[in-house]
Amino acid sequence: MIEVQHLTKRYGRITAVDDLTFRVERGEILGFLGPNGAGKTTTMRILTGYMPATEGKAVVAGFDVFEQPIEAKRRTGYLPETPPLYPEMTVREYLQFVARIKTRGMSASERRTRVEDSMRRTRVDDMANRHCGKLSKGYRQRVGLAQAILHNPEVLILDEPTAGLDPKQIIETRQLIKELAGTHTIVLSTHILPEVSQTCDRVVIINKGRVVAVDSPANLTARLRGSETMYLEVDAAGQDATPALRAVPGVLGVTVAGAHDGVVAYEVSSESGRDVRRELARTVVSNSWGLLELRPSRMSLEEIFLSLTTEEKEEKVEEKTEETA
Amino acid sequence: MTNVLAIAQKELKSYFASPIAYIIIGFFALVFGYFYFVSITFFMQASLQMGMPGAGQININTMAIRPLLQNVSVVALFVLPLITMRTYAEEKRTGTIELLLTSPLTDAQIVLGKFFGALALYTLMLAVTWIHIGLLFIYGNPEWKPIVTGYLGLLLMGASFLSIGLLISSLTKNQIVAGMVTFAVLLLLWTLNWMSESSGPTTQKILSALSITERFDDFSKGVIAVSHLVYYLSFITFGLFLTAKSVDSERWRG
Repeated sequence: MIEVQHLTKRYGRITAVDDLTFRVERGEILGFLGPNGAGKTTTMRILTGYMPATEGKAVVAGFDVFEQPIEAKRRTGYLPETPPLYPEMTVREYLQFVARIKTRGMSASERRTRVEDSMRRTRVDDMANRHCGKLSKGYRQRVGLAQAILHNPEVLILDEPTAGLDPKQIIETRQLIKELAGTHTIVLSTHILPEVSQTCDRVVIINKGRVVAVDSPANLTARLRGSETMYLEVDAAGQDATPALRAVPGVLGVTVAGAHDGVVAYEVSSESGRDVRRELARTVVSNSWGLLELRPSRMSLEEIFLSLTTEEKEEKVEEKTEETA
Repeated sequence: MTNVLAIAQKELKSYFASPIAYIIIGFFALVFGYFYFVSITFFMQASLQMGMPGAGQININTMAIRPLLQNVSVVALFVLPLITMRTYAEEKRTGTIELLLTSPLTDAQIVLGKFFGALALYTLMLAVTWIHIGLLFIYGNPEWKPIVTGYLGLLLMGASFLSIGLLISSLTKNQIVAGMVTFAVLLLLWTLNWMSESSGPTTQKILSALSITERFDDFSKGVIAVSHLVYYLSFITFGLFLTAKSVDSERWRG
């Protein structure tokens, strides 16, 4: 549905997006994850035809966004970072205006039902006659979303759709996005990590305009677990359980992660693919210690994101030192 | 075309949603009313001195209406920057330009929509003066042809000013800057007349050929010259073309 090849955008000497390549299948939700200034917004602006790329190609819904921008835009709904609302218009007037400029050859009554329909789906119908300038942040965001889905586009591009919303609204918005996913192809950007694992089928992590990783949230988590790590809490009655744990076959290392009231927490790393939980439990129990907790410690997406982007940084530092050497 | 109309209507509505439209029309009506009063009083005195109203050399068209319309052209110079200053600058500041540029619209449709929206407000502003002119028809017997050409001239000249205003508004995010620069440019174009009077014969020819306001004088006399029509229409087209290009170049610069 969306195909991006070797996309590059330079502002003068600054490269905002650097040789970006990825594709999004029909009906998929792709998460765009990266710190602020990573090039998320720039990429989305290129995909929506707001600005052209310096190099590369982007095809949306079968139309090249540079060659046939009108056709591509007809099939794209876009929610920019700040919802583009006219403060002096009421919500209904605004959506009717958007319907007029985004649809072609549609009767007035058909447009009206579209407007009412999108207001209902985004739950802004109770504010239909309120001026856009007087709406709360949450409503502005949802009117922006109503504007994006109004012409029933095949592709939806949402730039930080949940930014500035309260927790309840965030949950509602995520639900709405999931509802839309079946019939629409969605690209959303965020720097909130749990959002990605909750809503997205696939994640593109970008940093400094480059793709760092593309995968499903589950696979990303798995990929980073080169060796398995277990989290273990033991009440060893003052004794040190480290030697006994280290003696368990398959265990590579034991580190103390914390201690309180005689209970010691350990991080036990083991060979990958080998489940050492049974042996660990048996060892603890046979020493007549108390086993309080035993679980695999998974890296959260947050840690993955951090490690991926910091790794990138380290590589760059190495490259630089090599150059100077 | 429906897209152009949709944008033009949106523009016109937003003028009336803010105080701008009311201030512009109110201010204009006030100033025009004053000029009207002054020129009609002058005309009455002149005709009294002649002894017989409406007879002899006294003509209401040349003595009252023509100077009145010429005054309107000067007032337009002050008022039109207020109409165009927010067109692009405000949309760029609030980010709504992102909606227009990512909708299935061409740059030309956006520019034309904004232009016709502004032109509609200007026409409404001129329409206020039809009341005054109508009174002259009730109580007097003016010739209608030079009045029609005069208004045509005002419309064309104003449209040229608007195309300059749109171009300048598309270059900045700040509507005050857009308004002031537009005003300065229009003032400069207006004073080309004065400069041409005090310069040598060749420069005089060039300067008066460039002047926007000088051409209006012929319209107010009841003359529709093809060269003037071509001048105004190409001026407007060129201004709008540059505006579209300026919006497009902004995309590339990011």
